[in-house]
Amino acid sequence: MIPEIGHFSLILAFLFALIQSTLPFTGLAKNNQTFMNLAVPAARAQSILIAVSFLCLDYAFYSNDFSVLYVASTSNSNLPIIYRLAAIWGGHEGSMLLWVSILAIWTMAVTFFAKELPLRFYSTLIAVMGLVSVGLLMFILFTSNPFERLIPAALDGRDLNPLLQDPGMVFHPPLLYMGYVGFSVAFAFAIAALLDGRLDVTWARWTRPWTTAAWIFLTLGIALGSRWAYYELGWGGWWFWDAVENASFMPWLVGTALIHSLAVTEKRNAFKAWTVLLSICAFSLSLLGTFLVRSGVLTSVHAFASDPSRGMFILLFLAIVIGGALVLFALRAPTVGLGEKFDVVSRESLLLTNNVVLIVATGSVLLGTLYPLLIDAMGMGKISVGPPYFDAVFVAIMAPGIFLMGIGPVARWKKATLPELATKLRWAMAVSLVSALLVPSVLGKLTLMIFVGLLMAFWVMSSVFVALRIRLLASQNSTLLDKLKEITPAFYGMLVAHFGLAVFIFGVTMVKGYESEQDLRMQIGESVNVRGFDFRFDGVKPIRGPNYVAKQGLFYVTNQGAEHATLTPEKRLYPVQGAIMTEASISTGVMRDLYVSLGEELEQGAWSVRIYIKPFVQWIWMGALLMAIGGVLTLVDRRYRPISKKLNVESPGV
Amino acid sequence: MKLKLILPLALFVIVMGFLAKGLFLNPREVPSPLIGKPTPIFTAPTLDDASKSFSTADMKGKVWLLNVWASWCAACREEHPLLLEMRQHDLPLYGLAYKDTDAEAKTVLQQMGNPYIITATDASGKIGIDYGVYGVPETYVIDKTGIIRYKQIGPITPAALRDKILPLLKELEK
Repeated sequence: MIPEIGHFSLILAFLFALIQSTLPFTGLAKNNQTFMNLAVPAARAQSILIAVSFLCLDYAFYSNDFSVLYVASTSNSNLPIIYRLAAIWGGHEGSMLLWVSILAIWTMAVTFFAKELPLRFYSTLIAVMGLVSVGLLMFILFTSNPFERLIPAALDGRDLNPLLQDPGMVFHPPLLYMGYVGFSVAFAFAIAALLDGRLDVTWARWTRPWTTAAWIFLTLGIALGSRWAYYELGWGGWWFWDAVENASFMPWLVGTALIHSLAVTEKRNAFKAWTVLLSICAFSLSLLGTFLVRSGVLTSVHAFASDPSRGMFILLFLAIVIGGALVLFALRAPTVGLGEKFDVVSRESLLLTNNVVLIVATGSVLLGTLYPLLIDAMGMGKISVGPPYFDAVFVAIMAPGIFLMGIGPVARWKKATLPELATKLRWAMAVSLVSALLVPSVLGKLTLMIFVGLLMAFWVMSSVFVALRIRLLASQNSTLLDKLKEITPAFYGMLVAHFGLAVFIFGVTMVKGYESEQDLRMQIGESVNVRGFDFRFDGVKPIRGPNYVAKQGLFYVTNQGAEHATLTPEKRLYPVQGAIMTEASISTGVMRDLYVSLGEELEQGAWSVRIYIKPFVQWIWMGALLMAIGGVLTLVDRRYRPISKKLNVESPGV
Repeated sequence: MKLKLILPLALFVIVMGFLAKGLFLNPREVPSPLIGKPTPIFTAPTLDDASKSFSTADMKGKVWLLNVWASWCAACREEHPLLLEMRQHDLPLYGLAYKDTDAEAKTVLQQMGNPYIITATDASGKIGIDYGVYGVPETYVIDKTGIIRYKQIGPITPAALRDKILPLLKELEK
């Protein structure tokens, strides 16, 4: 009964989405306010119905209802409760339901803040979001119904893929989708602006926190996924340039460009058409990501069942949503205007360059991701594009952007001069040059990549302090505390996010440059020394988990005789799917991670063992976390608090 | 309307074209490196009579199809009716029972009908390795000079038969 309620409320939600997406447009055309006013109630009803539907599926998983096909194929009665609930997004149908549920959350949130905008505008905005919802609900109802019954019911489920039985599975997909789908707000905003033919400072200010919020979720989602891959896959890598990873990374890059471009639109009333285009692109790439993951056109470690009819449906949906948006852009972009003029050397032009760098970088990732498909489609054979391409091309494109990132925050709006910038930043440059040479010479290894990586990291770090110092010097307040208080949270947010990127670059450079990797054959009782750490293998014992059996290795790690850590990597067998999983054991630290994973059992109790020392690897995710915290700081800025009647009269802050 | 404003749309249309094409391709399908190369030579006992043998050398000067199958393979049973139909049209179909026991392979042919002129046996799977078989069924089209011209991975579909195999056979018979 419950699954039928879920199915039925999904159908009702679809009907409300139809109302939400059509009547406001009619109202706009006929200038009928009653129709426009329907947008909010219809959107809320739709959101609530989707939530009901999601809870029904939740309940089916919770109660082990194996008469539901989807539950039977992704869950199992022995699965721990937390993974049973996460199993909702463990397969195709549930992932799509999660997608629309998160769209419902964003839609609901928009209805509460939209009224600061004119009725014509916000009803269009909500209608566009409704249109997206209509497409996805149709997709779910016609091709991927998660409530389909299995009669007779299965005795037990086929279990969640053991690779997904990890705390990462609980948080990574929802966070990622919050990011992906969050860009729909900026997208809807852009469409509404194009239809209305106006884009002014108020609306840019309204859309900024939404975009930033989506970006924060996406940042956290990607970082969490990367960390999950690091400890779960057992290869010690943290980013593989896999098609599905790229699919999440591209919207992030464009989203980052969008955040910067929106800042210019809000503060300087410039980059308007560009901002609109970026808003369209960010969400388009999110949709493209969904298509790539769901259609199976590319091979990926994220193996999902592929089905051409589903792929065709999403492709058609993409064509309508993105194609429609871009046609509208081509026709209407001149009406929103291009904005104010600025000099070649100014903060505007630096931000524009940053945007171009990010877009070119996105293009290179997109090309690398789709290249195997392009070559195959032209009948020129099968190839795969791997990390060597991405590492080389991506770093080369981003490096100038990172350099400009140090300059941007200290440059003046509208007009700056090169000598002035050079004076401001000469110490930052000197400090970063010296540090980038000093650190490798202490560690005893210097390569070009290490030097460039460290230079970029130290350059961004030191320029953050320069930017802060300049702000403090400009302040009229007498005490340091007052000066610090005077600076807006948004400015601190920017500094923290930039610093986070520097921390990230530092982590990446250190890991790539100084990691050490050993694949060994170890006897019980044998000790091995890796970079000053002694690893003693104390044997393997069988253990039993809730839904698996495992062999757990015991490694006793000492550092110059002092006890350091006990590591227990596992080799697990999940009997339901007959899958064998490697659970690495990691001792994390600020300076380094010690990483041990079990390979194969060899003769006489010996095992093949993999030992990694990963210097500063945690900084990669700490950097991402700092970027997200920076984002949160900009959100709490008073300028973005709702219900500020001053919005229209306040002059654009400089 | 300015040209640069249409640029994003134009790029998008191109990408969509490739994506649409991509839907009908299988990224996991790897073309056989053996296409255009001489067929690996083997001599193997036949299924009907283990004392007799089938040899690729006997096939010189003929166009023929080699279908690799097994009694334990479900997709092969799916393909079977089409194979029988092909046999009725006198297509030169030869079988290779891959990693199979003679008894079980014979039972399948007795129950479902025998579409093959001759079935050779490859109980150890060694011939399969030479042919680069990584999933059954697979079907090879081999020309008069013993060159492999086409490889069907997975069951032969009516579309593949109509559009690829039959035209190729016709051309090769000339």
